Amino acid sequence: MNQRFSTFLGTAGYALVGFACFILFWMFLSTIAETLPSPTATWEVARPYVLEPFAKRGEQDQGILRLAGYSLSLVAQGYFLALAIGTPIGFCLGLSRTFTRIFDPIIQVLRPVSPLAWLPLGIALFYNAGKEALEYGALFTIAICAMWPTVLNTAVGVRAIPQDFLNVGRVLKLSRTKMLFKIMVPATLPYMFTGFRLSLGIAWLVIVAAEMLTGKTGVGAFLWNEYNNSNYGNIIFSILTIGVIGFVLDRLMSLVESRFKSIS
Amino acid sequence: MSYLEIRSVSKSHGAHCVLRDVNLSIEKGEFVAIVGYSGQGKTTLMSLIAGLLMPDSGEVLLEGRRITGPGPDRGIVFQNYSLLPWLTVAENIALAVDQVFPDWTPIQRRDHVDRHVAMVKLAHARDRLPKQLSGGMRQRVSVARTLAINPSVLLLDEPLSALDALTRGTLQDEIAQIWAENQKTVVLITNDVDEGLLLADRIIPLTLGPGANLGAPITVDLPRPRDRKALNHEPEFKRLRAHVTQQLLGYSQARRNTVSRKLILPEILPEDLELPRVHRPPRRPNEEKREVVVRG
Ligand SMILES: Nc1ncnc2c1ncn2[C@@H]1O[C@H](COP(=O)(O)OP(=O)(O)OP(=O)(O)O)[C@@H](O)[C@H]1O
Ligand SMILES: [Mg+2]
Repeated sequence: MNQRFSTFLGTAGYALVGFACFILFWMFLSTIAETLPSPTATWEVARPYVLEPFAKRGEQDQGILRLAGYSLSLVAQGYFLALAIGTPIGFCLGLSRTFTRIFDPIIQVLRPVSPLAWLPLGIALFYNAGKEALEYGALFTIAICAMWPTVLNTAVGVRAIPQDFLNVGRVLKLSRTKMLFKIMVPATLPYMFTGFRLSLGIAWLVIVAAEMLTGKTGVGAFLWNEYNNSNYGNIIFSILTIGVIGFVLDRLMSLVESRFKSIS
Repeated sequence: MSYLEIRSVSKSHGAHCVLRDVNLSIEKGEFVAIVGYSGQGKTTLMSLIAGLLMPDSGEVLLEGRRITGPGPDRGIVFQNYSLLPWLTVAENIALAVDQVFPDWTPIQRRDHVDRHVAMVKLAHARDRLPKQLSGGMRQRVSVARTLAINPSVLLLDEPLSALDALTRGTLQDEIAQIWAENQKTVVLITNDVDEGLLLADRIIPLTLGPGANLGAPITVDLPRPRDRKALNHEPEFKRLRAHVTQQLLGYSQARRNTVSRKLILPEILPEDLELPRVHRPPRRPNEEKREVVVRG
C-alpha cells in the first residue's frame, strides 16, 4: 500500500468518526424532539428520491439528482453572470486608485445585503418578462450576491502583481492589451480563482433561498414543498443533499484553484 | 557627447538616499563593469539606466536623448531573473521575441527562440516551467531572453552570480563574443572582480552608501581576446585585480575607522544594606549610551 493511499484512508477514517458522531447525535435528538425524524425514518421517506434519482413523477415529485440538476443549471447561469461582471470590476478596482475611491464605499454597502432582500427587487425588475420574471429575478439575485468575492479577490490579486513581472512587460514595451492579457491576467489568476470558488459557494447558497421563495423547481423548492406537506424527513434529506452538492462544488473548484496556485 | 550619459543623478528610496550625484559617461561599444558591495545601489543605478526608475534629480541620456522610460533598446537581465512563472522556458523567451520582432515569420521567431535556448544549454528544459528549474538555470533563461531581443545596450545585473564556475565561464565567453561581434554597449554589474577584468574595458567601483557614488574608473587595457587561463599569469591582470580590490577595501576601511558601539552604564546601588537588592533585566534607556570611537 503506498503512502498516499494510506494517508487518504487515515483522513477518511477520521471523517467517518465525525459522521458517526453526527448520526448518533441526530438519533439522540430525535428521541427527545418528536417532530424530528430519526435517521432511519428519514431514509424511509427519502428512498424513492435516491433510488430513482432521475425519475419524474410530477412537478415537485422528481428524483433528487434531477431536482439538483435544475438547481445547478440555474446556479451555473447566475454564477457565470457574476464572474463576467465581477472580474472586470475587480480589475478596475485593482488598477485604479481613483476607481477604488469612488466605488469601494458603495460596494461595501451593497455587499452585506442578504439574497432574501435582493430577490423581491429582482423579480420586480423583470416584472414585465411575465413567466420568466421569477427566473430572471433569481439570476439577478445570484449574480449580485455571488460576485463580491470575485470582485474583491481580483482587486487584491491585481494589486499584488509583483513589480518585476510588470517591469518585464515595460521593458518589452507591451501594449496595454498585451500587458493585461499576457502579464496581469495570468499573474492574477490564483487570486481570481480563490474569488471564483467563494463566489460559487455563495451562488449555491442563494439558489436554495431563491427557489424557496419563487417555487421554481429544484432542491430548494422541494424542501419548501415538503415543509408545507409537513414531511420533515425530506427536509433533512434536502439539507443533506444541498450540503453534499455544495461540498463537491467547493472541492472541484479548489482542485482548479490549486492548479493555478502551484504554477507560481 | 558620450553614447550613454548619467549626469549628476540622485535617487532616494523614501527617506533613504541611495545614490547621490552620480556621473558616468559610456562610449558606444564600450564594456563597463560596475563593482560594489551589496545593498549600495547597483541595481538602483541599473534601473535608472533601464528607465524603470526615474532619477530624483539629474538625468540619464542615451545618444543625447533623455531616457523617460524603459524600452527594448536597453535589454536588462534582472538580478532576480524575473521570469514569468506561468510560461515555460521557451515561452518566456518567445514573449520577448514575438514582441520585438513582429515582422518575422512564426518559423523564424521559433528558430530564434530555440537558438537562444540552446545557447544557454537549456534545450532539454525547453518546455519546463521556471519553478522546475534550478536558480542557475533560471538565470540562464533570463540571460537568453535578453540576448534574444538583440538590444543595443545590454544591462546585466549580476547575470552569472548563481552559476557554477564552468557554466559561468561558458556564458562569460558567450557575452564577450556577443559584445565583440555586435558592437553592443554593455553595463555589467558584478561582485566578481575577475569577471570584470575578463570582460570589461573599464571597471568602476561604487562607493559605500547611503548616498553612494561612483569611484575613480580603472581602465582595463588587457589585450583581447582575453583567455581566462592565460590571464591568471599576466602581471598586468594581477596588478589590476589588486588595484580594484584595494580600492573597494579602502571604502569599507574608511567606514570601519569609526565605530559606533553601545555602552551599558553600570548599575550603581546605594550602600545602604537596608534597601533590597533588585535585579532588573530590562534596562532603562538612560542606562544605555552610544559612543563613537575613531580608530587609528
Ligand atoms: N523599492 C525599494 N524601496 C525601498 N528601498 C529600496 C528599494 N529598492 C532598493 N532599496 C534600498 O536601496 C538600497 C540599494 O538597493 P540596490 O538593490 O540598488 O542594491 P544593490 O547594490 O543592487 O545590492 P545587491 O548587490 O545586494 O543586489 C538598499 O539599501 C535597499 O534597501
Ligand atoms: Mg542588486
